[in-house]
Amino acid sequence: MHGRVKIKSTAQQEEEKRKEREKKLKAYVSARDAVLKKRGAGEHDEEALQLTQQLLSSNPDFATLWNYRREVLLHLETLREKDEVQKLYESELHFIEACLKVNPKSYGCWHHRSWVNTRLPQPDWTRELGLCDRCLSLDERNFHCWDYRRVVVKESGVSVEQELQFTDRLIGSNFSNYSSWHYRSTLLPQLHPQPVPDSAPNTSPSPTTSPQFHSHRVCEEQLLKEYELAHNAFFTDPNDQSAWFYYRWLLGRAEREEMISCVYVSREGERVSVAFSKPVHAQSEGLMLVVDGQPQQVHWRSAHPRFRHSAVWLCDLPPGSISDISNEHNLTIHWTEKHTHRDCALYTGSAESWCRDSATDQELFRSELSVEKSSVLQAELQSCNQLLELEPQNKWCLLTIILLMRALDPLGHEKETLAHFQSLKEVDPMRSSYYSDLCSKFLIENTILKMEYAEVRVFSLSNKNLTTLCHLDQLLFVTHINLSSNQLLRLPPQFAMLQCLEVLEADDNAIESLEGLYHLPKLEEVSLRNNRILFSKKSKCFYKKPLFWCQSQCLIWPCFKDSVFSINKQIQTYSSAKFCYSPLF
Amino acid sequence: MAAEALPSQFDVVILGTGLTESVIAAACSRVGQNVLHLDRRNYYAGNWASFTFNGLLSWIEEYKNQQEVQITESEQVWRSLIDEGEDVVPLSSVDSSISNLEVFCYASEEEEKEEETKAPLTSCQPVNAETVSEETTGDPTEAQDTVTGDDTTASDAKTQNEEHKVSEPKEEQHTSDISEPSQSQEEKDSQLISSPEDRPVDVEKKITYQKLVKEGRRFNIDLVSKLMYSRGALVDLLIKSNVSRYAEFKNIGRILTCRNGKVEQVPCSRADVFASKQLTVVEKRMLMKFLTFCLDFEQHPEEYQDYTEKPFREFLKNKKLTENLQDFVLHSIGMVTQQTLTAEGLKATQHFLRCLGRYGNTPFLFPLYGLGEIPQCFCRMCAVFGGIYCLRHSVQCLVVDKASNNLFLKFFIFFILILFLHLHRQISRAVLITDRSVLPSESDQQISLVTIPPLESSAPAVRMVELCSSSMTCMPGTYLVHLTCSSYGTAQEDLAPVVSELFHVSTILGEEPSESAEERSKPAVLWVMYFNMRDTSALDSSSYSLPSNVHVCTGPDGSLGSDCSIKLAESVFRHILPDEEFCPPAPNPEDIIYDGDGPQAEGPGFDESANTEADKSQAEEEGAAHEKSPSTESSDPAEMDSVTQSTPSHTTPSSEE
Repeated sequence: MHGRVKIKSTAQQEEEKRKEREKKLKAYVSARDAVLKKRGAGEHDEEALQLTQQLLSSNPDFATLWNYRREVLLHLETLREKDEVQKLYESELHFIEACLKVNPKSYGCWHHRSWVNTRLPQPDWTRELGLCDRCLSLDERNFHCWDYRRVVVKESGVSVEQELQFTDRLIGSNFSNYSSWHYRSTLLPQLHPQPVPDSAPNTSPSPTTSPQFHSHRVCEEQLLKEYELAHNAFFTDPNDQSAWFYYRWLLGRAEREEMISCVYVSREGERVSVAFSKPVHAQSEGLMLVVDGQPQQVHWRSAHPRFRHSAVWLCDLPPGSISDISNEHNLTIHWTEKHTHRDCALYTGSAESWCRDSATDQELFRSELSVEKSSVLQAELQSCNQLLELEPQNKWCLLTIILLMRALDPLGHEKETLAHFQSLKEVDPMRSSYYSDLCSKFLIENTILKMEYAEVRVFSLSNKNLTTLCHLDQLLFVTHINLSSNQLLRLPPQFAMLQCLEVLEADDNAIESLEGLYHLPKLEEVSLRNNRILFSKKSKCFYKKPLFWCQSQCLIWPCFKDSVFSINKQIQTYSSAKFCYSPLF
Repeated sequence: MAAEALPSQFDVVILGTGLTESVIAAACSRVGQNVLHLDRRNYYAGNWASFTFNGLLSWIEEYKNQQEVQITESEQVWRSLIDEGEDVVPLSSVDSSISNLEVFCYASEEEEKEEETKAPLTSCQPVNAETVSEETTGDPTEAQDTVTGDDTTASDAKTQNEEHKVSEPKEEQHTSDISEPSQSQEEKDSQLISSPEDRPVDVEKKITYQKLVKEGRRFNIDLVSKLMYSRGALVDLLIKSNVSRYAEFKNIGRILTCRNGKVEQVPCSRADVFASKQLTVVEKRMLMKFLTFCLDFEQHPEEYQDYTEKPFREFLKNKKLTENLQDFVLHSIGMVTQQTLTAEGLKATQHFLRCLGRYGNTPFLFPLYGLGEIPQCFCRMCAVFGGIYCLRHSVQCLVVDKASNNLFLKFFIFFILILFLHLHRQISRAVLITDRSVLPSESDQQISLVTIPPLESSAPAVRMVELCSSSMTCMPGTYLVHLTCSSYGTAQEDLAPVVSELFHVSTILGEEPSESAEERSKPAVLWVMYFNMRDTSALDSSSYSLPSNVHVCTGPDGSLGSDCSIKLAESVFRHILPDEEFCPPAPNPEDIIYDGDGPQAEGPGFDESANTEADKSQAEEEGAAHEKSPSTESSDPAEMDSVTQSTPSHTTPSSEE
């Protein structure tokens, strides 16, 4: 037919391409061999640069070649004048740019670029910043470029304001960008730091220029603007998590100060228990016990032998040192590492004594969100509720509302919180276990608060759909605990912190493991009806051996007043059956 | 090339180089048809054309002459060529698609004066600096006379050099931010201007009429104003056919609307909604929710089925969108009217949304150098595959075989306006040259689409496209503004109210824009042209008794996209070549098989691609097809008698001379 342009067939094209590839591969392999040979021979000349350039421009991820290039450049640097060196490295930068076009996420390229800039007599940081901007405009999530940009910003001394504007720009073009939001969270505390009240204890070292050492809080005025920004983002697209994460950061996360929260001493067991606000490693932290002015040589051990770090540490006093009930003793725990200490007096006639901060005093469980002003939180809660009306199915909104409610008034909002948890599990069934655990945590916190208002040592959490246990370090004095009719799978090792526990009821759960029942010195009665305690022949753990425990519906251990260790021993030496009282036997 | 070297037989003859005709030409030529493509005019693209300012002035002149002189041509010349058994269908050569053309100039027409005293002012004048820097890098010979102005600039070379010195470090400083040395001038310019400290504060440069004329070649003024939907039929075709390689495009930067006399940005993308300062957070949610729904509204029929027969506006109300949001969706996103029904409104909204994000934050692209480039790109494709072009050639009649009532040609396709003039639908158009953007922002190199809801309930909704100089359609320091609406009255009656609402129009022609602060908040109109263009898109060609191998194309319609023209082109192509692919991708130059001698007589003088020989298997296949086709045989006697054979001027369209 007339004038029809003849085009090569696909097979022809394929064949040509294959030949092309073969040729390329041959050239590549021979160049690679030549380069490696040269490197082996220790040759550092222009030819080496050319050869590596050839190879790297087709495969920029060949790390060995970048290394070789650096060796060559360092060698050439010694031979040349300063302005020649400048030129040498500038052409190197051009070359890297070409390589970045081949693979904008090449580790080798970006690293080499940083290195070249450190060698360059007069680095042009503005140009580098421009390169980053271009790169990020092509792919705003290229973390290699973000990393490199941080180096450039640091070296070129770009002002924090400019950087904040930079994040404004990126967030403006697409707010679904964790890097930008996160960058904001490091810039804001530098630009608008929260004024430090004079009375606040100065625990942090002298301020430095690095953002890491700044207070992570932002002044209120700026904070309100940021809330607005986050509102705009999550009202625009409530399913985009990046803004929600930023919002969570804005609401703050208080770090609990490390301190000794409680000291408990029991005359009968001749034992001291110390609870900390965070898990610590007491042996290395320099914990010292002074009784009546006399430093004691004691051996500190964690509540459960499996924990190297623990919130509760125990030690046994030398026999007879405090057992006489008519004597009064003054104990002091020194925590040398943190320059702090805590006193506890054991008065005449009392069998035990303690000294503690109560959860209510510290507003312990509100500290998840550290924005102090409840008026601000109240306003934020309103905004979120407004969004929830429009988007009743949005999990991020539900979760944020729960957190805000807890920060405001955990007990007052308990009912609403539970309802929201229920909706959360429905809209996000994939994470229902997470929500259950979180809900358990909040319920335990609320119960601890209620218990402390009532000043009792009985802790009842039955029928609350608990799936996990936490904050057990707060229950150091509890004597009776009722965990019946929940969905607990195990009594975790942390259970060993309940040093005063006498009666445990945990019927109607799904408990499989009883690890935490070790080491409870005062435990007298355990009820584990209707659970799923496993039987395993291989396991040496005592509680897994007797099958009849679970079959029997009931297990009561009478009068275990001996130490935990003796229980252990007896179980290993005697048959469990003899040891247990059960209606079946 | 001499006229006698041209072939005298063609498979397809196409009259008119508008978009539809050009697409058909390219499609036919691409699959091996011999195409002769004619245009009456001396420029490409017909009513789709773009003109330089001077070109437009000549076009206006031509229009005025045509109004005065009714061309009466003797039929005798071609009558004598008609044989027995042949019948003729005469074609009109008068193009009456344009009417009511009015031109007003508000730029100062006084002669330039040398004002040495004010020269130093220019050193801090960014508009000037930009002009100079561009001139010197672009065309050094022209730089001598470009920096002119009546009061703030001086035309002598000395001052200009000074300016240049001042502007150069600026440019260096800005370009140094850019790692890519090969960045286009246009981008450099936009960088140069976008930097806030450089922006003009109170010193304004006057642009005289002389300057517009002198810089006339920087303008590319479209007769029709359209944008390309980034997932519309035109863009898809450009990509599919590889024709896109002949053109460059720029994103439309923002979508604006005018409410209560105030121009404001329409939040249409996610980023816009996020950044919008006019919307409350709840409005943001409602809008996003609604737009997300529109994206796949077919999946949720329960949401809208009660409203399919009711106006879209009512549906929007029902969706609890605030008045604000209803306006945005109706006028700027759906771009439909108050009367549009819900189903259509949803479709339009969906189309808009689907186009978002493909190339940028708005759904639209604009071809650099004007819309007239696009038909030319297709003509170029046609020529690359052997099509022959003759401008300034018309067809006076069709010669029809009396027996079959068919044309002595395989196919004939032509542009409707030559034949049928009784279509009444019209488009009102206005073209303005202004001195600043209707909504100044950080970057003044943005193309904006402004949708203006009807000012009164009876008036039509007006669509306005404001082009910046980096779109290569106007000189730096000016904006080219196109207004379009469907006609109610004459273009001036329809559009003048909008122009005076949004722009400052001097009351006396040629008067300098007044300096009162209030008036200067609006951009000043330097030059304006109004005209009406016939909208033939509604034509149903089957209602005319045409020979069966004659096909009719319509001109540009009033809508924002070009989908209608592309669809028409495809349907005509399918009709004439049902077994061929429509615009398959053009091969890369390296995949074309070259052979020394061209197999066909028409080889020499064609583009290099015509000098190719058949790949064997393909040639056999096609040869067979060729023989089987009886229409090819019957077309043999068709001499070029329907074509006046004066000296043909055939050129290959190119995107930029």
